[in-house]
Amino acid sequence: MDHTALSLIELGGVFFVLGVLGRLAGRIGLSPIPLYLLGGLCFGSGGLIPLTDIGDFTHLASEIGVVLLLLLLGLEYSAAELFTGLRRSWTAGLLDIVLNALPGAAVALLLGWGPIGAIVMAGVTYISSSGIVAKVLGDLGRLGNRETPVVLSILVFEDLVMALYLPILTAILGGVSFLGGLEAVGISLLVITVVLVIALKFGRYVSAIVDSDDREVFLLKILGAALLVAGLASAMQVSAAVGAFLLGIAVSGSTAHNATRLLEPLRDLFAAVFFVVFGLNTDPASIPPVLGWAVVLALVTTLTKVGTGWWAARRQGIGKLGRARAGAALVARGEFSIVIAGLAVTAGAVDGELAALATAYVLLMAILGPTAARIVEPVARALQRKPREQRTEATA
Amino acid sequence: MNVEVTPLPGIGVRKDFATRAGRRIGVVTQRDGKIELIVSKADDVDACLASLPLTADEAGALANLLGAPQLVAQLTEEHRELPGIHTRQLPITEDGLFDGRTLGDTAMRTRTSVSVVAVARAGQVHPSPTPDFTFTAGDLLVAVGTSEGLDAAAKILKQG
Repeated sequence: MDHTALSLIELGGVFFVLGVLGRLAGRIGLSPIPLYLLGGLCFGSGGLIPLTDIGDFTHLASEIGVVLLLLLLGLEYSAAELFTGLRRSWTAGLLDIVLNALPGAAVALLLGWGPIGAIVMAGVTYISSSGIVAKVLGDLGRLGNRETPVVLSILVFEDLVMALYLPILTAILGGVSFLGGLEAVGISLLVITVVLVIALKFGRYVSAIVDSDDREVFLLKILGAALLVAGLASAMQVSAAVGAFLLGIAVSGSTAHNATRLLEPLRDLFAAVFFVVFGLNTDPASIPPVLGWAVVLALVTTLTKVGTGWWAARRQGIGKLGRARAGAALVARGEFSIVIAGLAVTAGAVDGELAALATAYVLLMAILGPTAARIVEPVARALQRKPREQRTEATA
Repeated sequence: MNVEVTPLPGIGVRKDFATRAGRRIGVVTQRDGKIELIVSKADDVDACLASLPLTADEAGALANLLGAPQLVAQLTEEHRELPGIHTRQLPITEDGLFDGRTLGDTAMRTRTSVSVVAVARAGQVHPSPTPDFTFTAGDLLVAVGTSEGLDAAAKILKQG
């Protein structure tokens, strides 16, 4: 069989299996991300059926997947929403960083992965999956709940932190000197500020440039613009993903709305490839040695996220049950933890075990998160009831 | 009424208010135009007992059900000074005769001396409908007249 035929067969097989896995995930009410990672582990080196002929395609496709993930994240927000979100949630946001980045950093240092590994793992354990969280809130009918805006504004804060963190990480991973790193950070801060100001003041012109009534023209223009901006950002060491995120913020109103609808299936396709590629590059045999640490991290960072949500909700005058719901809603980690780990692994600046730990951790958290959000209410009610029952027994 | 408007970043807007009974009631409007009716739980005011997705038609119908009696009550109040004049709401039903026909077709004023002063449809009030105003099922006519005239008008709408 010639190379093209074999590539098509392999690619078709991978997509088909992913489709089946995605359906399975939908059935049991889970995010498909952990299943895509598992799929990647099966197909990769050391897995069940190693696929070797689709490397060129999947490499580029996974890059596009990251660009689309961030572009659609940016499209979800308007610049004004980002600023209000920031004003409302910065104290909770800071607590979120401290509580949830520290465990990851600490474990990386304990395992001897050095400061770079610590920065990467801090990002992996810090960022909640806004995709999973938003879906779970919708599925559980909690959009009307009073604690939901608290949860959403923490997610907005996290996404903005990502816009700062990713370029810094790219600079550090690029192995530039301390001064060069500062320069990269300075440039990226400047670019982000300029883009946010443009988005806030002239967002409708940016929208007008990419907008079109013709679906095909619109799709080509928005996708073209995203890849161009991502490429240019990457050339300036600001990280391709952040470029796409900022473009997404600058596009607003009905243009953003239409773009989201048009790009969603594309994002799902390419993001799935991204998760698979990450799984492909991870040797399943490297997971068991780090599994213990992954479990420890999962337990600790579940508690720290619940604590973050609890504290933030209490400040808004939400009752105890609502605080518990807000905390549990934030637990899920997913796409961005893998984006961060993926950047680090591609740059080759970190220990290979880090990819294994990140995979195992996200596998656990992507399952733990939705489960925690579902069971938090009965658990919290049971906990509330217990002391009262004991009290009545005591008085009797 | 103090309606609280809360932005839900990335999702839409929540608009709700607290009722005298201490429950929260309102609407979540999502970016893509999806509407959900929300009602808070009795024992946990932060959470929602129900968040019911409504189509635009359903939301309109619900607004009608809630809004039309209020309009009638207001008109009744205004007409209280005039003895013998009443206000009533008359529905256009699917099995009635005037679904898809005009106000002129009913010949309401000639036959009963009743005036149709407004039509409530899909949450909106169309004041002073002209004879060529076409009814559809679900419309509520706000009619003013004598008690006997209004009875006759209701009969016409039902039986022709």
